[in-house]
Amino acid sequence: MSLEVRVRHRQGGFLLDAGFRSTGGLTVLFGRSGSGKTTLANAIAGLNRPGEGVIRLGDTVLLDSARDIFLPAHRRRIGYVFQDARLFPHLSVRHNLAYGTWFTRNRETVAELDQAIDLLGIGHLLDRRPSGLSGGERQRVAIGRALMASPRLLLMDEPLASLDEARKAEILPFIERLRDEVGIPIVYVSHAVAEVARLATTVVVLADGRVVRSGPARQVMASLDIFQGQERAEAGALLDTRLAGHEPAYALSVLQAPAGRLLVPLLDRPVGTPVRLRIRARDVTLAVCQPDGLSAQNILPGRITAIGRTDGPVVDVQLDCAGDLLIAQVTRRAIATLPLEVGRPVFAIVKSISFADGSDMGPPA
Amino acid sequence: MDAWLTPQEWTAVLLSLRVATVATLWSLPFGLLVAMLLARGRFPGRALLDTLVHLPLVLPPVVTGYLLLLTFGRRAPVGGFLAEQFGIVFAFRWTGAVLACAIMAFPLMVRAIRLSIEAVDRRLEQAAGTLGAHPAWVFLTVTLPLILPGIVAGMILSFAKALGEFGATITFVSNIPGETQTLPSAIYTLTQIPDGEAGAMRLVLVAVAISMAALIGSELLARRVQRRIGA
Repeated sequence: MSLEVRVRHRQGGFLLDAGFRSTGGLTVLFGRSGSGKTTLANAIAGLNRPGEGVIRLGDTVLLDSARDIFLPAHRRRIGYVFQDARLFPHLSVRHNLAYGTWFTRNRETVAELDQAIDLLGIGHLLDRRPSGLSGGERQRVAIGRALMASPRLLLMDEPLASLDEARKAEILPFIERLRDEVGIPIVYVSHAVAEVARLATTVVVLADGRVVRSGPARQVMASLDIFQGQERAEAGALLDTRLAGHEPAYALSVLQAPAGRLLVPLLDRPVGTPVRLRIRARDVTLAVCQPDGLSAQNILPGRITAIGRTDGPVVDVQLDCAGDLLIAQVTRRAIATLPLEVGRPVFAIVKSISFADGSDMGPPA
Repeated sequence: MDAWLTPQEWTAVLLSLRVATVATLWSLPFGLLVAMLLARGRFPGRALLDTLVHLPLVLPPVVTGYLLLLTFGRRAPVGGFLAEQFGIVFAFRWTGAVLACAIMAFPLMVRAIRLSIEAVDRRLEQAAGTLGAHPAWVFLTVTLPLILPGIVAGMILSFAKALGEFGATITFVSNIPGETQTLPSAIYTLTQIPDGEAGAMRLVLVAVAISMAALIGSELLARRVQRRIGA
């Protein structure tokens, strides 16, 4: 189901003027706090009413300011998982989950109660009150509650932001299963690079109420200008690979990507499994000729496609390695002395690889 | 108790209970509506409504009673209309005592309910909306259960105030045994006649007992409600 959004909404001194399009999968609205992500999500849910714009979900017009159409939130069938769960304190977990079904008549259900309970692992919580749940449990119940209302689209506003790392790791697999198994389109608000890397099909980058970049996750994450300040340390490209084989003698696994073969510590998964990797820009070194006698084993040939601009010492360089995009952080001095310029063939020496979920594989071979 | 209280005293006690109960139940829907308007409404005249509702709290009760007489008396504009069109008479009837008590207790009820409405996390109501609940259903399934403690508190306050109301009642509907002589009026009457002290003391004890029972009952009820909403 396609989602088309184009809105202009003024809220105090802030102007949101943004639009994007999604044809399914998981779309991440990415940006720092105050960039307008939540305002945009609220516009899709119908919790605010943009002064101008069009929002369409499949064949349904949710908002069309020119034709004075505004479908109220309760008629949109858009599930919303809030950052703070917002479970009803006066209802048990069971009744929280059932709440949305009280208002859905003869609609095809996305998830049966048993199925949702199973998917989210909340069967043992049904008779509890929300006040007695942990943060992670609350968030899972909130996801189940949204699903039970048979939504046509699921909005998730930083559902993991208030949780610690362990609780995040507990919920991320559920969101992946929603994306892959339930097949419901998801719009996911986040400012965490690790979540984007792991979950996103499409990324929409917002800054100051405007969309600065949008497209497939791999392309957007490999663009040079979306990370600023502290986030630059997290900048890095995504690589969708396939597990090609194992080298048990060295405790290594071989991953195949269009860019080439990569060696990583032995993965306990069957050959053929898709594996999404994140390669941080700071972990990539560039060489202008084929390196020889290096201990590093992961060396990918490519061509420079763009060089970032900065006054600081470190510059981002984007490479095209047989269709896969990588970013490398090198010194401005190296750019000038090697010299590195757009179009020049180079070799990327990858010092460290992360799984897309943020868990580190450490320096591989 | 029959043997202990004189029939006239017993009548006054029952009448007071009836007046307080009916006044509380009748003012509840209006109290809820006005509390909702004051807590949530954005309309011209909101400040005026707020002042009007609170007026009985600050006016001398006698003044309120006299104003009621001027408005709802037999020949007064509103009272005359109601008597002619619907046969509803307030003046010097127990229904008038109900009206006086309801109006005197109204600000207390509205305040309690309004505070609980203002304490409701409106984001929960938004969440209910995204789950497909029409605003009316949101009110019934989320807002109302969450403000139940406030409603209970408002009703108890209203009942207690109605039970003790004296000035406005006696001014509006006088002190007619069996019709408008409530517990406070009866005590007042007994203190004005020779040898009335014993009767007055009996009624005072009854008033204390009723008040304490109401207080304890409200406390138990509030605790049960609080447990149910898990706050």
